[in-house]
Amino acid sequence: MITLTVNGAEHKLDVDIRTTILDALRDHLGLTGSKKGCDHGQCGACTVLINGRRVNSCLTLAVMHEGDEITTIEGLGEPGNLHPMQESFLHHDGYQCGYCTPGQIVSAVGMLGEVKDGWPSHVTGDIAHGGADLSNEEISERMSGNLCRCSAYPNIVDAIRQVGTTGKGAV
Amino acid sequence: MKSFAYERASDPKAAAAIASRAHARFIAGGTNLLDLMKIQVETPETLVDITRLPLKEIAEADGGLSIGALVTNSDLAADERVRRDYEVLSRALLAGASGQLRNKATTGGNFLQRTRCSYFYETNARCNKREPGSGCDAMNGFNRILAILGTSDKCIASHPSDMAVAMRALDAEVETLKSDGSTRRLTLPELYRLPGDTPERDTNLEAGELITAVRLPKPLGGTHIYRKVRDRASYAFALVSVAAVIGVENGRMETIRLAFGGIGTMPWRDARVEEALIGEAPSAALFAKAADILLTEAKGHGENDFKIPLMRRVLPAVLREATGVAA
Repeated sequence: MITLTVNGAEHKLDVDIRTTILDALRDHLGLTGSKKGCDHGQCGACTVLINGRRVNSCLTLAVMHEGDEITTIEGLGEPGNLHPMQESFLHHDGYQCGYCTPGQIVSAVGMLGEVKDGWPSHVTGDIAHGGADLSNEEISERMSGNLCRCSAYPNIVDAIRQVGTTGKGAV
Repeated sequence: MKSFAYERASDPKAAAAIASRAHARFIAGGTNLLDLMKIQVETPETLVDITRLPLKEIAEADGGLSIGALVTNSDLAADERVRRDYEVLSRALLAGASGQLRNKATTGGNFLQRTRCSYFYETNARCNKREPGSGCDAMNGFNRILAILGTSDKCIASHPSDMAVAMRALDAEVETLKSDGSTRRLTLPELYRLPGDTPERDTNLEAGELITAVRLPKPLGGTHIYRKVRDRASYAFALVSVAAVIGVENGRMETIRLAFGGIGTMPWRDARVEEALIGEAPSAALFAKAADILLTEAKGHGENDFKIPLMRRVLPAVLREATGVAA
């Protein structure tokens, strides 16, 4: 029996030792917003926040995260009370089929936190001194762990940049 | 995935003791190990969870840094001291994996990640690293990403880490704790093994031996460059890479550290290359000679032949950028 804290609520779960966070969310807690794309950490569709940091939930075991704060797409917002990033994806049409979208949105929220903390990226010019701007190049690099097979990338980048620069999802 | 016993270690000594059991593995970030367990390339009987051990600090030590083995790749890359004094290390980390993976992957685990050779992953193929004595299908197969230096007739698997290449350039050493409670410090050429006749062993670590920290010597100054050439702009392993720390004084190269990724069966460095450059005035002819020396023993296996001319161009390009010498 393990205890997981998901979107602020504690859950006691009787799971096989091999259960990943992703499978615990989807199969045991009915939180199917986090998607299983590749199940190998390559596509990012399963991205959740653990203690505020974005990670691939398919590549970590539930048993290793007792006591940690897990936030899924369902915990960011819900119909009628959307997170700005969810609003912005709607406004900018940042998807086509929608399968990668929850992972894109959760990842983008985590990514903006990293930018706010001054983390550099591979394309940041002066990493010894600088923080980063939110250029298209920076957003693309920082979001490279989230694949979109429909290739809705231009609108995804627009949606993220709007939230990153204005804090608002709706125009 | 095959099932396993799970133990959460309460302190490093207990972790090393538990992990000295047969078929036990440490797990920290898990981004490579769980991936391999899902396809049953790794089938540990015991997983020792070390994520709650107090090995997450970056501290100043002996004029350099001591980096806890559980510091994540993200935290290490973002650390102000690393960005200022060991920029090549930040650059290498940021060139690897994705944001999500760097948030999980640890310093110790990054050193110990396994090769991305397709035949190591494909359990229907022959692979001496996965199954000793079975043969090597990579030798005459799809070996575009594999090694051209340090190979043997048993294995041509390339080491996949970017971080370890920068660490090698910086003369990093790993501190370990053995299951008997003793500690030791290993340079990277002491940590890693060439494949030879035993490609199944990537390192010289003993059963249960835990990497607890990485030590960086005092900063070198100079210009830091990590140049990575890959098949797409982000989130791909290196075809070839160069980690360089170059200091020029009075028109001569007085500091030279060069390490290489993608070409070797371990994070590669060649003292002959640095000896050819040290104390000399930078010039295009000298840079070409350095590349020739590096590639003297290089051997392609068909698909990866291109790495030889590619590195012959990339190393001089990095040296030109670092020294300001025109082509």
